[in-house]
Amino acid sequence: MSEPLLEARGIHSYYGASHILHGVDFRIDRGETIGLMGRNGMGKTTLIRSLLGHLRPRAGSVKVRGLDVTQAAPYRIARLGLAYVPEGRGIFPNLTVRENLIMAARAGLDGRCDWTYERILDTFPRLAERLANGGGELSGGEQQMLTIGRALMTNPQLLILDEATEGLAPLIARDIWTIIRGIRDSGIATVIVDKNYGAVIGLADRCMVMVKGRAVFDDVAEKLSGDVVQKYLGV
Amino acid sequence: MDFYSFLIQLLNGVQYGLLLFLVASGLTLVFGIMGIINLAHGSFYMVGAYLAFSLAGLTGNLFTALPLGIGVSVLLGFALEWLFYRHLYARDHLYQVLMTYGLILVFEELRSIIWGDDVHGVAVPDLLSASLPLTDNLSYPVYRLAMSGVCLLIAGGLYGLIKKTRLGMMIRAGSSNREMAEALGVNIKRVYTVVFALGVALAAFAGMIAAPVSSVYPNMGAQVLIICFVVVVIGGIGSVWGALLAAILIGLTDTFGKVLLPDYAGMSTYILMALVLLWRPEGLFKR
Repeated sequence: MSEPLLEARGIHSYYGASHILHGVDFRIDRGETIGLMGRNGMGKTTLIRSLLGHLRPRAGSVKVRGLDVTQAAPYRIARLGLAYVPEGRGIFPNLTVRENLIMAARAGLDGRCDWTYERILDTFPRLAERLANGGGELSGGEQQMLTIGRALMTNPQLLILDEATEGLAPLIARDIWTIIRGIRDSGIATVIVDKNYGAVIGLADRCMVMVKGRAVFDDVAEKLSGDVVQKYLGV
Repeated sequence: MDFYSFLIQLLNGVQYGLLLFLVASGLTLVFGIMGIINLAHGSFYMVGAYLAFSLAGLTGNLFTALPLGIGVSVLLGFALEWLFYRHLYARDHLYQVLMTYGLILVFEELRSIIWGDDVHGVAVPDLLSASLPLTDNLSYPVYRLAMSGVCLLIAGGLYGLIKKTRLGMMIRAGSSNREMAEALGVNIKRVYTVVFALGVALAAFAGMIAAPVSSVYPNMGAQVLIICFVVVVIGGIGSVWGALLAAILIGLTDTFGKVLLPDYAGMSTYILMALVLLWRPEGLFKR
């Protein structure tokens, strides 16, 4: 088996005294798509923040392509090719659309620049019309496009999307799903967290279901039975 | 007041305001971006003035002293940030005030040991020592005009740095959402170090160019510090453009206050602050 792109073992994370993650294992290979599922408050975002170095796990290890990054600063982990589209989008409202994109620009680890400023604007023509607007002046859908475009400007090998379609009108959400599918098909590994389980299962190679800080299911998407969905996701 | 007297006071007020801006811009950046209340900021101004005194004495000219002094103050900024300030970013304001007040005492003591407690003067460079005659008995010193010009250039440079460069975008991004900036690969700690050193260098540079007109004396940072906090509050905390506008307002108010209402001059800038805060509690430029 080839070396995983990102591998975490036995992650225990806390918010203050609250024990949130109880020994979670996580693995994603190059080009793989993983659906990270679970109800609210089950630890999905905590897991993502632990993987990216924003929250320091009290126990366990995180490795990016074999390199131990458990104690590394978040910016170092990001520079290893990990990009993040956070819940709530994290647009910089005091920067223009253009600046939001430019500030993130970086060549990929192998020196490739597949995603240039021009290509982002081709992919998101709506953004091209609003370059001089402040990030805070955009509609929800436009902000989401900007967050995804900004993440792609770092030419990542792994894109983590946390609730990318939350709060968007159905038509806009459909556009975002089309974009996510395009990113996945371009060979970028993706971790997708979304309430739309059908769409996630349709895209994911593998699904992981979390309940109360533990992974209760981690297997190919086809094996995600109706029982598991019913029991742990409540749909 | 006739036209030429008015013109002279106007130029003085603008020049004083621009000088305050150099000091206040660093104070507002460090406050707005890192959340640090830096009481020792006035000490950097004093250090700059004493550096100008020593280095101009050593090299024989203020022009050669300036680049050397800037170099020393940038190094001082890096060292202070690394040794002291970076440990305070996550702390409560009370800790910041305690430590930075302590630094004032340390700086004053070091100043006393190194330079003594006497008042010193720094010569205006020959090239700028002339005065422009306005009328038969009124003239304006070229050096003060040059000070204003240099301050304006620096204000323009600061604008370019913050608005046009990627470093500026990272500074603004980091001040709006630190975690997101880091998730995009920005080394925010290094950005903070650079911003802090920039603030120190700006304050020290202000002290250097002010040395020939204000002379060099113990505790000279304290007065500047207080008025710079007034500038930061009027301008809106963290806003560099607010600081520029507020600094010039303060400069003009103080200068004309002393001429027109000499009995109340000490209060004029604080009255201005009170009025602005009644009108806009967050300052002129809310971030």
